[in-house]
Amino acid sequence: MIDKTLASAAAALADVRDGATVMIGGFGTAGLPHELIDALIDTGARDLVVVNNNAGNGDTGLARLLALKRVRKMICSFPRQADSHHFDALYRAGQIELELVPQGNLAERIRAAGAGIGGFFTPTGYGTTLAKGKETRLIDGRGFVLESPIHGDFALIRAEKGDRWGNLTYRMTARNFGPVMAMAAKVTVATVHEVVELGALDPESVVTPGLFVQRLVRVDRVATTAGGFKQAA
Amino acid sequence: MNAPNPSTLAGVTRWTRDQIARRVAQDIPDGAVVNLGIGLPTAVANHLGADKEVVLHSENGVIGMGPAPASGDEDYDLINAGKQPVTLLPGGCFFHHADSFAMMRGGHLDICVLGAFQVSAAGDLANWHTGAPDAIPAVGGAMDLAIGAKKTLVMMDYLTKGGEAKLVPACTYPLTGLACVSRLYSDLAVIDLAGGHATVVDLAPGLSLDTLQSLTPGITLQAA
Repeated sequence: MIDKTLASAAAALADVRDGATVMIGGFGTAGLPHELIDALIDTGARDLVVVNNNAGNGDTGLARLLALKRVRKMICSFPRQADSHHFDALYRAGQIELELVPQGNLAERIRAAGAGIGGFFTPTGYGTTLAKGKETRLIDGRGFVLESPIHGDFALIRAEKGDRWGNLTYRMTARNFGPVMAMAAKVTVATVHEVVELGALDPESVVTPGLFVQRLVRVDRVATTAGGFKQAA
Repeated sequence: MNAPNPSTLAGVTRWTRDQIARRVAQDIPDGAVVNLGIGLPTAVANHLGADKEVVLHSENGVIGMGPAPASGDEDYDLINAGKQPVTLLPGGCFFHHADSFAMMRGGHLDICVLGAFQVSAAGDLANWHTGAPDAIPAVGGAMDLAIGAKKTLVMMDYLTKGGEAKLVPACTYPLTGLACVSRLYSDLAVIDLAGGHATVVDLAPGLSLDTLQSLTPGITLQAA
């Protein structure tokens, strides 16, 4: 019998090792898997490479993981926020590496890893400093940049409902990076607010098929509160 | 509009942000799928009018966005790219990030409206980074939007706070995208950019083309 449900976030992350690449879903606070980030902090794992759209807000969650100096490198599109002071301080002190990736390239590089694509040419970033050092090609007269997939050892995502096979639904814009990150990691851990009987999810509404998910943890629903930032440009 | 009034602009009535937003909205056709960038462009939504059905896209994974919810009805699982709570109109739906950016890169988005630090006569856009040594670089979806939408419109103050034109022969700030801006809306003028030429479509009340030209070194402004 297949049963991917685990009793706790701690049990789901017990095998995270130093140096792991950990993808964390969420855009602002929508879809951010708070319980899993806290459990990641509790593992004590260091030297992590973290993939998330942003670089932490305030003093909790990802910001706390950063403040504890457990992250060697951030791969993200928008680290600068009104309340990203922990990342800002580490970055200015040269204590963290930043790979800045345009948001759509970030999503597509993650998707490419999940889809077994070895690289792809994208027009995004062509002619800019973010394409520096990368192979470029003119295709039908338009400039493209070769981008590589981003693989994860773990993906930590927040979904809405799931079943013991790992099938997932999401809630509104909390879906964001969840489906692509689930595809791209060796071990995908999803929190859901409800674990339902097999067959209870409408098969037409399953967004992430269970084969992309290895572990499922039920967490209480807590209303997502305001967070994140007002983007500058 | 914070730019100081150079003496050359005495007698000129600059367009307000709201007036610029209304001008952009006038150019958005019924049925268009549109992404409004964070900052100035967000105000365009207030002027689209009930006679038009315009579908608003936000890169975090929603299309068919409605106005901000009433106070107390905010749901922070339903936000726009600026992390502000929004609503969903009938017909709207959600999708993941890779699909959301495929909508841009794949040429399915009709118009995006972005802010700018600088725009060049060739339509190059700089809007994500000043290049200052202590600045934390952050790009978000700007590069994908700028080159992905079928048409990229820019809204900005024409002059910097120091009185220099932000329409420049070549951008000195780090680029967002090459040759992507087709029209520029500002407090002083509306300017079309095509084939390296800058064509003035509209001038603020009291402003002459000669005066605008004198504020815009290195570029030959053409009359429409």
